[in-house]
Amino acid sequence: MNKTDVLIIGAGPTGLFCAHQLGIIGLSCEIVDNLDKVGGQCIELYPDKPIYDIPAVPECTGEELTNNLLQQIKPFNIKFHLNERVEELKKNESRWHVKTSGGVEFDVAAIVIAGGVGSFEPRKFPVKECEKFEGNSLFYSIKDKSIFKDKTISIFGGGDSALDWAIELSNTSKVNLIHRRDGFSGVEASVQKVKELNDQGKLNLYTKFQLDSVLGDKNIESVKIKHDEGEIKEIKSDYVLGFFGLIMQLGPILDWGLNIDKKTVQVNTENFETNVNGIFAIGDICSYPGKLKLILSGFHEGALAARGCFKYAKPDEKLRFEFTTTSKAAQERLGIKK
Amino acid sequence: MAKITYHTHDNKTHTVDVQKGLTVMEGAVQNDIPGIDADCGGGMACATCHVYVKEEWLDKLPAKEDGEEDMLDMAFEPKNNSRLSCQLIVSDELDGLEVNIPSKQG
Repeated sequence: MNKTDVLIIGAGPTGLFCAHQLGIIGLSCEIVDNLDKVGGQCIELYPDKPIYDIPAVPECTGEELTNNLLQQIKPFNIKFHLNERVEELKKNESRWHVKTSGGVEFDVAAIVIAGGVGSFEPRKFPVKECEKFEGNSLFYSIKDKSIFKDKTISIFGGGDSALDWAIELSNTSKVNLIHRRDGFSGVEASVQKVKELNDQGKLNLYTKFQLDSVLGDKNIESVKIKHDEGEIKEIKSDYVLGFFGLIMQLGPILDWGLNIDKKTVQVNTENFETNVNGIFAIGDICSYPGKLKLILSGFHEGALAARGCFKYAKPDEKLRFEFTTTSKAAQERLGIKK
Repeated sequence: MAKITYHTHDNKTHTVDVQKGLTVMEGAVQNDIPGIDADCGGGMACATCHVYVKEEWLDKLPAKEDGEEDMLDMAFEPKNNSRLSCQLIVSDELDGLEVNIPSKQG
């Protein structure tokens, strides 16, 4: 059981800055995120793309912003729990008992949901029968590539994951790469490599095709793919891999008794608390009149939510407003040596 | 204002007036038309505002940027008439535009 003052759900920029604000006022926190890395949408959706509207930072990338925030919260030694999705919240007298998908448990005074637009999940095939094979001969990510050795693999998608795995697996497996158009979104070098391998007969590339159906009993035996113009081809496959990026799902948050409207959580603008006492929501996931989905708004919301957490974490103490420029306590927490 | 018609998956038709300058995505969101999630808020980063544009309107639309075509790879059942509705800005030329919303966005 991890005992801490506040649990932050979501390691995007808003969650990271809220951790900073908690640290400054002397509260401890830990952060859970469903992704395998810190940064949220900044890292998952646009690590290399520039952001121009962070106050006093004329230009930075999603990755730079994340790294700077991590640098800023370094003094607080915050513990991250990545690859974990918060599943259950239970009120336990004045505290919350929280459980994640991987069985990690927390005992906290307050919870801050900084979950963006939900947790990232792989986007799946629209074809129904795919569900039946999922996790057995159809996958959306690869954990153990050795199972593909000497097998026939049909990979769908045109981004970097699809291209990288097609190239890698073509060394030890028979690979079909199927994509809905001639263009690819992956990096040019990988696209060239795939075309080369196709010309050398080391990989079969099918463009302007999409999955039509999956055939097989217990395991997949073949897939039917359909061309833009209607032609259908059946190709033998032991395994099917789909790489269509990630989609955001609210998931278990829907079951926590929060007021939810259009995939967002309603909060007050005084301290960004939800209708449930002790649960706060900040960043893209919260809504209130005038809400802007900007990172800078998330920072503001995090600063106020952190102060809102104080009365739950330290009910007998009074929070005094202080500036980091002059507060001895804040500077000590930041590890500033004079 | 321009009239935009959204055909939803439940075979309902919603015709609404959308202010010029807004996107076809915003028109749907503001009028509570189901099926346009627009998770990323119009940043061409999620493909959850995907629509099928009625054929006769296809050549009246601005050409797709590379980023839009890349995101459409991620969309649910993309077709030749697929567009991201956040990239379609409502104008006089688009008065009367009709789009179909896919059965789901992910």
